[in-house]
Amino acid sequence: MAGTRGGGAPAADAAPLEVADRVVAMARGDEQLEAYVVRSTETRVRVHGGDVEQLVVAGSVGVGVRVVRDGRQGFASCGTVDLDAVAEAVAEARDNAAHGEPDEAAGLPEPDGVEPRALDLWHPSYAEVPLGDKVALALELERAVVGGDPRITGVESCDYEDWRTEVAVCSTTGVRRAARETGGELVAWSLAGDGDDLQAGFGFSFGRSFDDLDVEAAARDAVERAVRMLGATKPPSGRLTVVLDPWVTAQLLGVVAEMLAGDEVVKGRSPFAGRVGEQVASPQVTLVEDPTDPRHWGASPVDAEGRATRRVPLVTAGVLDGFVHSTWTARRTGAEPTGSAVRSGHASTPVAGCRAVSLAPGGADPAELVAGVDDGVLVHDVSGLHSGVNPVSGDLSTGAEGRRIRNGEVAEPLREFTIASTLPRLLHDVVAVGSDLTWLPAGAAGVTLVVADVTVSGA
Amino acid sequence: MLDDATIQRTLAAALRTGGDFAEVFVEDKRSSSAMLDDGRVEELSSGRDRGAGIRVVVGETTGFAHTADLSEEGLRAAAEAAAAAARSGGGGVREVALTRREAPRPNDVAVLPETVAKGAKVELLRRADEAARSAGGAVRQVRARYGDSRRRILVANSEGVLAEDDQVRTLFVVSAVAVGDTGMQTGYESLGRTVGFELFDRYDVEQIARAAAERALTKLKARPAPSGTMPVVIGPGGGGVLFHEACGHGLEKDLVDKGASAFAGRLGEQVASPLVTLVDDGTMAEEWGCFAIDDEGTPARRNVLIEDGVLTDYMWDVLRSRKAGRAVSGNGRRQSYQHLPMVRMTNTYLVAGRDDPDDIVASTERGVYVASLGGGQVNTASGDFVFGMTEAYLIEDGRITEPLREGNLIGNGPKVLRDIDAVGNDFAMGKPGTCGKDGQGVPVGDGVPTLRVRALTVGGTAA
Repeated sequence: MAGTRGGGAPAADAAPLEVADRVVAMARGDEQLEAYVVRSTETRVRVHGGDVEQLVVAGSVGVGVRVVRDGRQGFASCGTVDLDAVAEAVAEARDNAAHGEPDEAAGLPEPDGVEPRALDLWHPSYAEVPLGDKVALALELERAVVGGDPRITGVESCDYEDWRTEVAVCSTTGVRRAARETGGELVAWSLAGDGDDLQAGFGFSFGRSFDDLDVEAAARDAVERAVRMLGATKPPSGRLTVVLDPWVTAQLLGVVAEMLAGDEVVKGRSPFAGRVGEQVASPQVTLVEDPTDPRHWGASPVDAEGRATRRVPLVTAGVLDGFVHSTWTARRTGAEPTGSAVRSGHASTPVAGCRAVSLAPGGADPAELVAGVDDGVLVHDVSGLHSGVNPVSGDLSTGAEGRRIRNGEVAEPLREFTIASTLPRLLHDVVAVGSDLTWLPAGAAGVTLVVADVTVSGA
Repeated sequence: MLDDATIQRTLAAALRTGGDFAEVFVEDKRSSSAMLDDGRVEELSSGRDRGAGIRVVVGETTGFAHTADLSEEGLRAAAEAAAAAARSGGGGVREVALTRREAPRPNDVAVLPETVAKGAKVELLRRADEAARSAGGAVRQVRARYGDSRRRILVANSEGVLAEDDQVRTLFVVSAVAVGDTGMQTGYESLGRTVGFELFDRYDVEQIARAAAERALTKLKARPAPSGTMPVVIGPGGGGVLFHEACGHGLEKDLVDKGASAFAGRLGEQVASPLVTLVDDGTMAEEWGCFAIDDEGTPARRNVLIEDGVLTDYMWDVLRSRKAGRAVSGNGRRQSYQHLPMVRMTNTYLVAGRDDPDDIVASTERGVYVASLGGGQVNTASGDFVFGMTEAYLIEDGRITEPLREGNLIGNGPKVLRDIDAVGNDFAMGKPGTCGKDGQGVPVGDGVPTLRVRALTVGGTAA
């Protein structure tokens, strides 16, 4: 087998930074090498009918190796820190680099002097709380959902989950960073029935610390979201004002964020490419990416290439400020790096992407916003975002459910309809942003959004 | 992958503190990919993941643990963790007698991915890039991706099952961007089979690339899709995802048991138009969702779910079949050794009917013709589901006319099944897909002949 051994195997529980150092030591003199190491531990409890259905306690590790030589990049990964397997990955990454095509902008980042912000993302509670208490919490959530309303017929799933994740990035170019975080979630998928009518809903609670998990809040949402859909009908088609629930806004912001990623701009796939300084949205829209704000679920002091993250203004009062960049996209476009490299795990290479976007909140609360709509739809959930939204063409069409708004009041439930527009148009049609900035377990924060002139397709 | 004695000792450790069922799932997966984008071979990537997942069932509770350490000590530690998680009480020692189960491979593999020179993979990408760009000057961007995987698995359980499989998959995907007066449009085409590199002896990557480019070019001329409810004709091979979402998920026994399916308690009933016979078949040679054994060691099977409109069966996993005292259906699947198996589809398809496809279009006065569907999503409780159309046309006066921009269609599963009023005689399998459920993705296939749904809601922006 090719590759050198780093001198004795690290213990399976070695810290990621220590593992990353050993991988970097395998580099040859004529190449740049980066090691990305992830170690995580998770606990998952699924309950059903008052019983524990599944209980998973598991740990996993992974190593991703990037080699750059003569402007060519290669990558390989393995799901273990066993040094023989890692050496094999290093040799594979090196061989893969030989088959790429050279690019002047290729190369690993060098330390840029920006220090990561200290963020409070690691709490020991999830490791300390006994398993029995976690199981009890999941069972309590199921009882609270089922007992929350006589029309609740059960739960499809009711889960407790927590995790501890540690990441390290080290390279031959001098990058050496580590970050860690904890998180946990309670999620119930509820079912409500009335005769033949069966509707589903969900509720959740999440937090960095075990004490953040709020059974009552999760249960209340799960009950309300399912029960309020009973008796829902299909609305007639037409162009209407829609009011988007914070949960829905967050999902749409996720798609907008994709369109503002450096890679899409470099490759001419973003409708926003070449439009910095232009009015791309309504003046109500101010959008910021800020992983240094610990309230964001995607908060992180360092990005996936080991750079310090930073606050990146994307859109200010409707005017496009710029994009998020990885080292490569910044070099290619001549922009400043923004510390925005992301990876979907140890087995993927870094690309530019958002992890913590939010809209600047407006002045009116959701009730006031609804009161201002004569005839419209309050959208509580959307489906099929991956199949009905095209971030290149901007076409947008999603399945939806929600409630009618008549004369400023929330009226009957609606389902089996779609809402459609184009994303560029939808951004211009934003009439108001609510005051209810809502932190969610997602890459975007939620807020109530009022959008005019959206096509509703129904009966 | 492991010797029988080690497996037996690991199962014994899993059952040492009691337990009704124990299982060892071992996986060794190698994958590689190569990507060309923006006219340049950006990167080759390789991955290897190897490990074991162990589950122990006590009463209603499943305990699960996994490890990347395949030594006997590593396996024993995982087995003990799974047993502890299952809250096992009791005690005693159980010996498991293993019987090796031989399941036929759906197809042979001629050229294993690891024997192929990387340069040959890169060459395919260059050919695809050139072919897509030569389809028209408006094609501005091309992304081509080659991917292969070889996944060897071993499953052994306390019922004595011992089975292995060696699953090879090869995939080629091209997406193109065309630019015109109306902005940018995208086109996508893919080819995937459970074979090795011999796939490219039989299929031209140029053809895949041209299909992607032409789709993007056609859409430059597309008008916004209509909005409202109308007849929808789906072309051969274009729309298996319709059944995957409309009823496939709702026929998964785990969702049925939890009262989360609109099809619960309806076995033997007429749930669809008499034109509908729906099959889930893990044995279909080379199709994306096929295998010799599922991820619980059950040989793949062909299962008829709906026959002439009557609901005949659900899909099952080992635990649920065991409880019901019936035969397993070969639908227990998982993303990797780090995941618990669930009830999943394999290759789901609508059996061909008798109608002439041309007549189906000709007898549709106004509606939408969908040549290719994208992904979809379903709420199994209400039965409402959406699916995207990636290539679609207007039908006017019984003729396919102008191309339409992308959008979603929405319908209600049980109602759509009853509203199918024509099924063509031109069956074709569709594109390779990945089905997501509860955070796990598994490869699936689908197929349909031309068919018509009397009324579906098209989610466009035009009146």
